[in-house]
Amino acid sequence: MTYLKPLFRHPKLPKNKIGYTLKEYEGTISTLCAGCGHDSISATIVQACFELSIEPHLVAKISGIGCSSKTPAYFLGNSHGFNSVHGRMPSVATGANLANKDMVYFGVSGDGDTASIGMGQFVHVIRRNLNMVYIVMNNGCYGLTKGQDSATADVGSASKSGHINPFQPVDLASLAVELGATFVAQSFSGDKQQLVPLIKAAIQHKGLAFINVMSPCVTFNNNPGSTKSYDYVREHMHATGTLDFVPEREAINASYAAGTDTAVTLHDGTTMRLHKLAPEWDPEDRLSAVNALQQARAKNEILTGLLYINTVFGDLHDILNTTDRAFNTLAEKALCPGEEQLQTINAGFR
Amino acid sequence: MKPTDTRDPEYYHKVVDCQYACPAHTPVPEYIRKIAAEKYTEAYMINWESNVFPGILGRTCDRPCEPACRRGRVEEEPVAICRLKRVAADNKGDVQSLMPQAPFPSNGKKIALIGGGPASLSVARDLAPLGYEIHLFDEQIAGGGMMRSQIPAFRLPEEVLNEEVGYILNLGIHTQFMTYVESLKEVLEKDYDAVFVGTGAPRGRDLPKLPGRKEGDEHIHIGIEWLAGVAFEHIDKIGKKVIVLGGGNTAMDCCRTSRRLGGESVKVVVRSPFKDMKASPWEKEDAMHEDIEIFDNHVPLSFEVENGKLIGMKFQRVKAVYDDSGKRKLIPTGEPDVFIEADEVLIAIGQENSFPWIERDLGLKFNEWDMPEVDKVTFQSTHPKVFFGGDAAFGPENVITAVAHGHQAAVSMHLFCQGKDISQRPAPYTKLFSTKMGIHEWSYDSPVTIDQRYLVPQAEKSITLLDRRKEVELGFDLPTGYKEAQRCLNCDVQTEFTADRCIECDACMDICPTSCITFTANEEDEDQLRQNLLVPATDKSQDILVSETLKTGRVMVKDEDVCLHCGLCAERCPTSAWDMQQFFYSVTKAENI
Repeated sequence: MTYLKPLFRHPKLPKNKIGYTLKEYEGTISTLCAGCGHDSISATIVQACFELSIEPHLVAKISGIGCSSKTPAYFLGNSHGFNSVHGRMPSVATGANLANKDMVYFGVSGDGDTASIGMGQFVHVIRRNLNMVYIVMNNGCYGLTKGQDSATADVGSASKSGHINPFQPVDLASLAVELGATFVAQSFSGDKQQLVPLIKAAIQHKGLAFINVMSPCVTFNNNPGSTKSYDYVREHMHATGTLDFVPEREAINASYAAGTDTAVTLHDGTTMRLHKLAPEWDPEDRLSAVNALQQARAKNEILTGLLYINTVFGDLHDILNTTDRAFNTLAEKALCPGEEQLQTINAGFR
Repeated sequence: MKPTDTRDPEYYHKVVDCQYACPAHTPVPEYIRKIAAEKYTEAYMINWESNVFPGILGRTCDRPCEPACRRGRVEEEPVAICRLKRVAADNKGDVQSLMPQAPFPSNGKKIALIGGGPASLSVARDLAPLGYEIHLFDEQIAGGGMMRSQIPAFRLPEEVLNEEVGYILNLGIHTQFMTYVESLKEVLEKDYDAVFVGTGAPRGRDLPKLPGRKEGDEHIHIGIEWLAGVAFEHIDKIGKKVIVLGGGNTAMDCCRTSRRLGGESVKVVVRSPFKDMKASPWEKEDAMHEDIEIFDNHVPLSFEVENGKLIGMKFQRVKAVYDDSGKRKLIPTGEPDVFIEADEVLIAIGQENSFPWIERDLGLKFNEWDMPEVDKVTFQSTHPKVFFGGDAAFGPENVITAVAHGHQAAVSMHLFCQGKDISQRPAPYTKLFSTKMGIHEWSYDSPVTIDQRYLVPQAEKSITLLDRRKEVELGFDLPTGYKEAQRCLNCDVQTEFTADRCIECDACMDICPTSCITFTANEEDEDQLRQNLLVPATDKSQDILVSETLKTGRVMVKDEDVCLHCGLCAERCPTSAWDMQQFFYSVTKAENI
């Protein structure tokens, strides 16, 4: 049985600027289901950090609860990690960031961890513009509890048990733009070509960078009898011969030219329209981002790529006007200026 | 590129580097797994089928498999394949009962084997069970050829040799030892249906023109003749100071034997640089361990004789210069000539073929180098009844090559005796079957250990140097043998890819520890495609596996070079597009026709 990844690597593995190979950025072997989209996202984060030559010990990964929140164990094994309480990743990240602002913060969350139990924290961490990468691995279901519909499941989509979801979905990207997030992107776990640069840009961005990544759940909604299973799609592909019935194979790794539409089928069989932003798109115009998102939703499309970016608005430290040095490097002398200073300050209030 | 045809038996065969490199194509990973499973008898029989002399080769093989071993490309050292073979041989149970049992019903055909070495014995092993009446002629007192006369007993104990030669002779072979065949014509005049010549390369090279050669003759010996003299107990001592000329394995055997017969100061002197010496690295190490000095870059100038007695040799110092094509030239350094004292000199600078007993008017053509013209595939000479193999066919090689020749010659002779076309060679026998047992379970040990190569223990020098029969290598004990066996990467368990099951989730690409798998756009040009992989596939001796076109229009390309065969791609595949399938390849032998 192989629950351990062999330690040998390709002897000619490329090295980055600081002399590390991909191996230094890997985590332990994943225990998620084979073919889970989350594993692709983990690999993408590894690739992005490798390409940016980030020192692994200067990264902190913070997560909540769920399949997605397990993934920090599977990437950046040499970095700091905190697997926190369900939906409470943003508060832990806020505390860590306030103590040491000189690190790269990855907040990893899922659709349940963010759009349900963690909605309150999600909203406020955006409002505060904490300098972090906030990744939602969005599969539209609760994979750890056998695939019930989550708050991001589209209305009308069928679950593994055959239940049709009657509720409106929470559109996390629209919400993030609405709340004033300074970096909003959407992507797909099967499209590393798009996701690697997005994550790199998100790391580089100062302020909260939100990426909503569609990440198919390979295990649920793949049952016989479901019109969204692999088998059903395969069996009916030729029988119907309809063009709008897109096989999932084509969908899962979409590569497309800018400004074109493409159909993507999730692992549960749901067909989604993917639209890539046109080159003339102005990502710094919040109104056009909101417009595009609403138009895409009306057409049952999922807009991917960078949706909105604001490089002007400062992050939490700028807003609070904190010291230049990270708090955790300040010794007692700097933090406790002494009796005399206290008297002066107190005198100022009299 | 076009999709790779993995149904071509040679594709997966090539992935099993060790088996591919072995002249006899022994299924190495298969028997190594048997050793790990403590099934030594089965491991022995897998070897016996392929290479006929597991116990002998487990001690003396030239190991072409080991430089080819994939392990050597992902870490420092290859698996100790050769010495694992010895583990099987040392610990086997009853194997005799698993071998063909003589007497065999006669097929009415008669065959003569000239020479009793590994090539002839392999022919005998393959053809005797088919009912041939086999007559084997050899000038020595017993079978084994150069394995008996040239390989010293401290490397190959006589009991091991006798046992494995015996398994073959017990198949009802008519042996005529102490019989030097003086005329092929006479042999052909008898009623043999076919004749096999496996007479080796019996003539050791000399330095007849070197000054002092004649005068010092009493104390100058030809290496292989001297080794044979020791083996057959005509020689039991040597002078205190010995020079051995030559840098091959025979030179190593000569110097180490000298140390055991009274040589105190034994020096090997060789023309080439140390690194270019023909001897296997481990042979050189063992020689140096026995306090033998190796002088490289010394070209012999003369034998120095004083008062009619050899006192030493003079050498010129040279250095190796390589031209652009890599060709070597030895240029004198201009330093003064070197005199090395010696009581006796052994010349081990190579050996040659010699066929004084073959008449040149039999219709058996010889080429410009006075070698018989022998077909490289069928081993038939220009005389249809006469086949060659071993060193006699194409010049000095090694035991395992002789065995491989023997198998092929046996196939030809069997076809010939049945009146069939010998150029219609039977295809190899192959099997490919899934090793999947469960979600994370395979029928082989898929985890990859990081253990480094284990050293084979040796007996104390103080003991081995006193007795030329005392075997130096002790062989792995069972726990170490197990650990060494676990270093094998199971390269015969193939990563079989089925394109129409793939959903392109990238899971295999993400998990592959050695970055072998890439999903990419196809290219017309192989070189370009090789460049486009995650890690460019620069080793062209290793194939790349290209899939059928996938739904997104891309292809899966797998570089076979450093694949660990760990099975993770298959474990992480949600649709079983990847499967780990065991590949078995066996060269077809006469019995399968």
